Order: sequence, then C-alpha cells, then structure tokens
Amino acid sequence: MTTLAPPAAPEARPVAGERAPSRRHRLRQPRGHLGHVWTWIVILWLCLPIFVMIAFGFNNTKGRLNFQWQGFTLRYWGQLFAIPDLTGALINSVTIALIVTGLSILLGTPIGMALGKYRFRGKALTDVVLFANVAAPEIALGAAVLSLFITLGIPRGYVTIVIAQVMFDIVYVAITVRARMASFDRSLEEAARDLGAGAWTTFRLVTLPQILPGVVAGGLLAFALSIDDFVITQFNAGQTLTFPLWVWGATRLGVPPQVNDMGTIIFAGGVLLAVLSVLIGRRRSA
Amino acid sequence: MSVTQMPQGTAVVDTGSGLPAGAADTGGAPAPAGLAAIELVGVSKSFSSRDGNVQAVERIDLAIGQGEFFSLLGPSGCGKTTTLRMIAGFEEPTQGRILLYGEDMVGVPPNRRDVNLVFQSYALFPHLNVFENVAFGLRRRKVPHDAVRRRVGEVLELVQLEGRERRRPKELSGGQQQRVALARALVNNPRALLLDEPLGALDLKLRQAMQIELKRIQREVGITFVYVTHDQGEALTMSDRLVVMNEGRIEQLGSPREVYEQPRTRFVAGFIGTSNLLSGRVARVVGGSALLDLGPGERVVVPLRGGAVPGQHLDLTVRPEKIDMTGGPEPPEAECRIRGRVTDVVYLGSSTQHVVVTSTGASMVVFSQNRGTSGEASAPTHDVWLSWRAEHSYLLAEQEQAGDEEPREETGGTQ
Repeated sequence: MTTLAPPAAPEARPVAGERAPSRRHRLRQPRGHLGHVWTWIVILWLCLPIFVMIAFGFNNTKGRLNFQWQGFTLRYWGQLFAIPDLTGALINSVTIALIVTGLSILLGTPIGMALGKYRFRGKALTDVVLFANVAAPEIALGAAVLSLFITLGIPRGYVTIVIAQVMFDIVYVAITVRARMASFDRSLEEAARDLGAGAWTTFRLVTLPQILPGVVAGGLLAFALSIDDFVITQFNAGQTLTFPLWVWGATRLGVPPQVNDMGTIIFAGGVLLAVLSVLIGRRRSA
Repeated sequence: MSVTQMPQGTAVVDTGSGLPAGAADTGGAPAPAGLAAIELVGVSKSFSSRDGNVQAVERIDLAIGQGEFFSLLGPSGCGKTTTLRMIAGFEEPTQGRILLYGEDMVGVPPNRRDVNLVFQSYALFPHLNVFENVAFGLRRRKVPHDAVRRRVGEVLELVQLEGRERRRPKELSGGQQQRVALARALVNNPRALLLDEPLGALDLKLRQAMQIELKRIQREVGITFVYVTHDQGEALTMSDRLVVMNEGRIEQLGSPREVYEQPRTRFVAGFIGTSNLLSGRVARVVGGSALLDLGPGERVVVPLRGGAVPGQHLDLTVRPEKIDMTGGPEPPEAECRIRGRVTDVVYLGSSTQHVVVTSTGASMVVFSQNRGTSGEASAPTHDVWLSWRAEHSYLLAEQEQAGDEEPREETGGTQ
C-alpha cells in the first residue's frame, strides 16, 4: 500500500532547527524472509474465496450449478438485473444497510462518547450489556428479538429487520467511538467553551471532528455487518427478502452467476469505502 | 550598636488576612486602586471524592487590578489552578463570589465570561490550522471576515508567528504552539487573560525567553494577566504582584520584592528562594525590635510587627545573600551576629554557597559573590561568624505545626 502514502509536501516541513514531528519509523524486513512468505500465504488464503467468487461471476455456466469452470463470459454481467426477485432483494439489503448504518451512528455515537468521557453510575453495567451483545450468539439474539416481536404483535418485515439489526450494530459504533473518545483531550472542549462556543457548537466544531474517525469506522462496521447479515435477518424478515436470504433460498436450485456479480459489486464497494476512509483519515491527520 | 538604636519595626499587619495592608513600605506595587479587574470574595471550593470532601480552596479574598501581571504561586495541589479555573468558569465556587469588573460571575458559563484561558497543554485544535485556531473566538462572535483576517494577522505578528497561518499545530515546535495558544486567547481582547502554567512544557532556555516575551506582550496589550505557576523564579521575574498559596489558602500577597525579602510565614520563606530559618526566645523588646536570647557574644535582632514579651518563642528568616561570613574575632559592629562552623562549600560559578551549622544547631546557607578578593572562600570545619543587618531579619508569622514546608499533595485533585 506504499502508493497510498502522500509525498511529503516540502512546505509542511518545520523550519530547520526545530523539532519535526517524526514520521513513523519502520523496520524493513529483507525480501524472501520467512515472515514475508508466511504473510503472503495468509493473505492469499484470506483472498482465495473472494477471487473464486469474482471469477465464477464470469463463468459461462450452462446448467443451474455454477461450480465448474466452463469458459469466460460477460453474459451474466449483462443480465445482472434479469432476475427481479434477486434485484429486489439486493435493493432491500442495500437500503436496509444504509438505514441501519445511519441509525447505529446516531444512537451509538452518544453512547460511546458518554462511556469514553464520563464516570457515572451504571457505567459498568452498560459495559457489560454492550459486550454481552457482542459476545452473545447471534442466533440467540435473533430468536429473542423474534419472540419479542411476536409477543408485542408486531408483524415481521422490513421494519423489524432494521430494528433488530440496529440493536445489534449500535454496539460496534459505541465501542469504536468510545476508544476514540478515550484518547480525546478534554481540554479541547474547554478551550472551545472558553473561546465562546456553546455546547452544540463545541460538539460540532471540536468534538465531532476529533471522534469522526471512530464514527466512520463504527459506521463501516455496521454497514458491513448489516448488508450480509443472515441469522438475525432470517428470524425477523417475515416475507421480506434480502440478498443473503435470497441466495440461501436459491442454493437448493443452484446459484446463478448474477449472485457472484452482485457479491463482487458489494465487495468492491466495501473496499472502496475502506480505502476512502483511510485516505480521508490521512488527509485529516496530515 | 545597641538594641536601642535598632530601626523601627515595620507597620503592623494583620497576619491572618493575607491582604497587603501595610506591606507597601518596601516600594512594591500598590494594591489596585478603584475598580478591580477581578475580585474574589470569600471564595471556597471543595471537591467530593471517595475519601470524602477535599477542600481545594479555602476562603480566598483577592483583588487584581486592571492591567496588572498577577501570579498565583504555590506547590502542586495548593489550589492555584482551581482558583484560576473558577475565574474562567470551569469550576463553580462552593462559597463566595467572583467579580469581573464588579459583576458577579458565579453561575455564568465559560463561554459568556469575557476572560480567556491559556491552557497548560495549549489545547490547540489539531484539525484546524493556525489561522483557524486563532480565529475561533472571533468567529464565535460573528466578527466580519475582513476584520477576522486583520485581527488574526495583528495578533500573529504580536507573537511573531507571521507566515505560519496555514500550518497545523502538529507541525509547530513547542514554543510556537505556545505562541499560538497565547494568540488564540489574546485575539479576543479579553478583560483578563488567565494563564495556567503556560511555560511548563518548554525547556529552560525557551522558558526564559518566553518569560521576557510574555512580559513584553502584556505591556503592549495592557490586558490584565493572571498567571498560575509553581516556579518561583518565573513568578518573581514577571509579576507586578503575586500571592503565595499553600493548602488552599493565601500565605502572602505582595510584590515580588516584598514576598522575597519579607516572607511572612515559614512556608513562604521556604518556598521562595533559599531561606534560613532561625528561632529563639525573646530576651528584651526595645523600640519595636526584639533581641533574641542566643549563645555568648551572639545576638539576633528582629523588627517586630506586633508586640512581643520576653520569653516568647519567635521564628525568623534571613536570606542567604544578606549574610556576611567572616573568620577571626566577632564582628563588633554587626547588628546581628551568630557563630557557626562551615560544613559544606559548593562552588556555583558566580557565587559560592556555604552551609554553616550555628551554635544553636540551625543550618544556615550563605551565598558569597566570587569577586576575587581574598577571604571569601572558607573551607569546611572553619569556624566563622555570620553577620547581617537587623532589617534583614524577618519575623515569620506564628502558625500551626502541621507540615509547613512539605507541600501536601492531598489538598487538591485538580493540579
């Protein structure tokens, strides 16, 4: 990823004789070192399923099954939206993920800020609840939320998917924001107040820019968790189909290559977002 | 010279209040006349902690004049930072009133107080460049763009940071960051500038340069500076007046000269500079001075501020550079003289420090200038006479035994 490093701008260098904030020092390992080889093996192992998924999106498969390489084609990319149910499921997944991400950020950020900033009665309990939420098996959470909806007589569908996923994803935003908040210099807020900013202005102009990397990271996590969530969604979906639910249902008959293509798009979108957030983070801290 | 010829005692001062009432006779800065910029009336602050209530500040009365460079000096935990934060509005006093130009500020949030604080950590906004950091306060007050640009330019010039507008705080050296912090506060033209150990993070050379710099800036802008520091040298160098604080109380208020030359308590004498503490019983009281009962041929005279009766126990202090050290016979003309033996000699370059144990067992430090004349240096085990003028004996106020020289850490949680 060395190409991502911005060239050091000459005007950004402090005047000679004054201490320059040192860029990170990194020990360089010699090429061909065992550590190098091992690292690449692990990376390949992690990437292999993704490569297979992408490749089989170009497979010129004849039957229902898409497990054997039968030649290269762009046919299925051309017919990407030819299966209306699949297209609808993808749209559901994407919109749900966006809504869930937004709500998780709105609800999780204040929790993370409070946990990172204040000492209060019930803080330990809040911690336990948060981590229990992460640690608890998804299947148990999904089933529990389902029985809650049934008890309350709420019909399952799009809205219940959103509610269940938000409940699950808030925690990830709260945890990343809390970590960011812990290293936040409180005197910055005091300085803003001292210079005439009210509480909201202080948050908007000082606190938020400082914790934004945590918020973005938490939001990306929430998005990634939401868009391919199967377990919780399966319990609470009712008749609504999301992309993972459709794929699961289709496996009995054979998964069409369009699924691979959409998976590729989702993957590419995820990579793009991650790279963007790294780039923005670099520019902010530069 | 006999006791009857001793100079008259200084004016009687109420030793409890900490006000400079009659202490102005040494030519120090007078107390502010007219409306004070900042006035603290009976201000107390206690924090509740797990171990119960901690009294950080106890019934402080202060009046800081307009345009004054005023320092709060004391060891960590003495309540000086808490006092400053109460003036800024980040802490509310448990009791008492804080007046800014006669207006009670208690309950007014920091963003509505016309004072600005320079933080110890600088607290520069890392995501904003120098210009935006400095402009922050002006923008909050909706100052028009042109005026913001002009005003920021002026202030950056004042702190000698022209041309650095586009830099991020991280790209600046510690001294430059310090200047940005100063500029960011000054640009608002506050009615008082509060500084919380602003030079604490700088190295010695830079700190000394910034002391002069700060004083120059203060003279140029004429704003009241309230300066918190634990560095006595810094406080003496820069302040018009200062208070020495200990355990949440004011020990002494006065000009640097008054506080240095006439420390009123053991604590002040010990905290500021090197000080020699002597004690003894009063033999005679003549003309406002007391003669202490010491060994044969020895005598110590101390001007009194109140009365004293024979037999009473008194503590006094003498600054090391006021003492003459001579070998040979007793110096007959000295108003105060005491016998001792040199135990330690430390060469300090421009001067030499001698440690002398007196006949009464007290350890005294004597500084002598290395002027190159003979007889200045004495070797250990030499018997010497220490002598000084009566006006340099300074009576210390009586106080409780409780740890007067050891600063107590448990008094304040906010340092």
